[in-house]
Amino acid sequence: MNSILKQTPASIFDVEATRRDFPILARQINGKPLAYLDNAASAQRPDSVIQALLDYQRRHHANVHRGVHALSQEATALFESARERLVRFINAGSIREVVFVRGTTEAINLVAQSYARPQLRAGDEVLITGLEHHANIVPWQMLCEQTGAKLIVAPIDTDGEVHVQTVEAAMSPRTRILAFAHASNALGTLLPVEALIASAKARGIVTVVDGAQAIPHLRVDVRKLGCDFYAFSGHKMFGPTGIGVLYGRESLLEKMPPWQGGGDMILTVSFAKTTYNALPYKFEAGTPNIEGAIGLGAAVDYMTSLDLDAAHAHEAALLACATQKLSAMPAVRLIGTARRKVSVVSFVVEGVHPHDLGTILDEQGIAIRTGHHCAMPVMEFFDVPATARASFAFYNTFEEIDRLVAAVESARRLFA
Amino acid sequence: MELADLYRDVILDHNRKPRNFGPLARADAAVEGFNPLCGDRLTLRLRFDGEKIEDVKFEGKGCAISTASASLMTEAIKGKTRGEAAHLFERVHELLTDDRAPIAEDLGKLAALSGVREFPARVKCASLCWHTLSSALNAGATPPASVSTE
Ligand SMILES: Cc1ncc(COP(=O)(O)O)c(C=O)c1O
Repeated sequence: MNSILKQTPASIFDVEATRRDFPILARQINGKPLAYLDNAASAQRPDSVIQALLDYQRRHHANVHRGVHALSQEATALFESARERLVRFINAGSIREVVFVRGTTEAINLVAQSYARPQLRAGDEVLITGLEHHANIVPWQMLCEQTGAKLIVAPIDTDGEVHVQTVEAAMSPRTRILAFAHASNALGTLLPVEALIASAKARGIVTVVDGAQAIPHLRVDVRKLGCDFYAFSGHKMFGPTGIGVLYGRESLLEKMPPWQGGGDMILTVSFAKTTYNALPYKFEAGTPNIEGAIGLGAAVDYMTSLDLDAAHAHEAALLACATQKLSAMPAVRLIGTARRKVSVVSFVVEGVHPHDLGTILDEQGIAIRTGHHCAMPVMEFFDVPATARASFAFYNTFEEIDRLVAAVESARRLFA
Repeated sequence: MELADLYRDVILDHNRKPRNFGPLARADAAVEGFNPLCGDRLTLRLRFDGEKIEDVKFEGKGCAISTASASLMTEAIKGKTRGEAAHLFERVHELLTDDRAPIAEDLGKLAALSGVREFPARVKCASLCWHTLSSALNAGATPPASVSTE
């Protein structure tokens, strides 16, 4: 047998070397080494991203798309080359399909206001799932108020899974839009994206995928997925805050009206009539987040420089380890036990409120998120006010999980 | 910053066995407090005898700090006048937020809340019930009002 020769990809992945790329991971918090387990809220940045931001600010800054001078041309080239890297990273058709926005939230609002609002009539339906982040609920509620459309919610099951049959059962001839998370931030559940998109497509329903939690953990190929829109945030994939991407199919973006007016989104303006700029600039009114885009481009470079399959295998091993160790504790109840998950573990500890747990872990230098994770309907479904959530990136270690488990145990003892 | 300073025995005890917890019959005031950050909710009910707080109860779900703070508060204000309770609110507010404020002996068990001020992220947990009380004292009337710490 050759099993001795078989190494798991996780053991090939060099965690220690990767950690050295992230200067913040060397920090001490409350006298203890930082264990950063809050990656689903925001991931840390590698040196290369920090350097790209610095370099831009020290050497190349000027406004983009407007000057003939050298700096403006350099800034524009850097900005647009970041866009090109994103096009390749998600396999969009062209730069016309990659719109820079502030983040996932803005991307979904853009789709709701620019695509959906002019299209939807009273009585039409927008379908979402029961595990959505508020960013994929509230923009649709606002749209429904504006248009008289109805918001329909396909329920999740007690493992936090979304089943295609349940979503299909919630579809009707009036369903116009299906919006759902690729992966859930509160539970980690991976949704059956391909099947959901296929099912929607067969019925002529437009699909909007919230990719905020998938993009750091999976290879995303938007054209292979076949979705109409895909939204994600730079700061969850090791880039800066305030920058993100809306991918849209060109034929849809083409038909959509701009959603904000101003500079950069126009070709000509007179007081009688304005002609809009081409894609994607039609949707990028005003001076954009230039350094954000450049930083995000550097984050894409960083991710593609890794052996992503090995990195993802390491994350899967971390998830399996944390799941196993936490569920072995009698006082711990895992919230979200879907079969396919990204590396997110939500849990509650009997007798210990998540907020107290957060403080006790922080004292140990362990950063987790406690609260409702901007998914209050999910908390309601599981009948908990809040959960504790540990979320792993490829730079996390098994030792950090041991520290987490030990700290949870000491919190349980304190309150017993 | 010492955890033991935050989770003193008094706090742990009042979290485990909250005093004056439950419904209150014939309440004159009922106010709901909500901390959107952590999802903590509590309802405070008061019955007055003239100016005097004859009885007080609270209900809800919260972290150890917010539960213990509410429990300690109900103990401290029962039997006090509105004016005395309002004054206590001011003093506790200062205790929680001003780390130079002296910890007066006469605060009794409430002094145990002073550990919170080393943990800025937790001040709102401890002050939720007190803000709820303040709003109940100011409104006074029955229809459940709502107060939020955000
Ligand atoms: C699933 C999901 N959707 C949307 C968002 C919103 O992202 P942003 O705050 O970057 O706009 C988040 C981030 O918390 C998320 O996890």
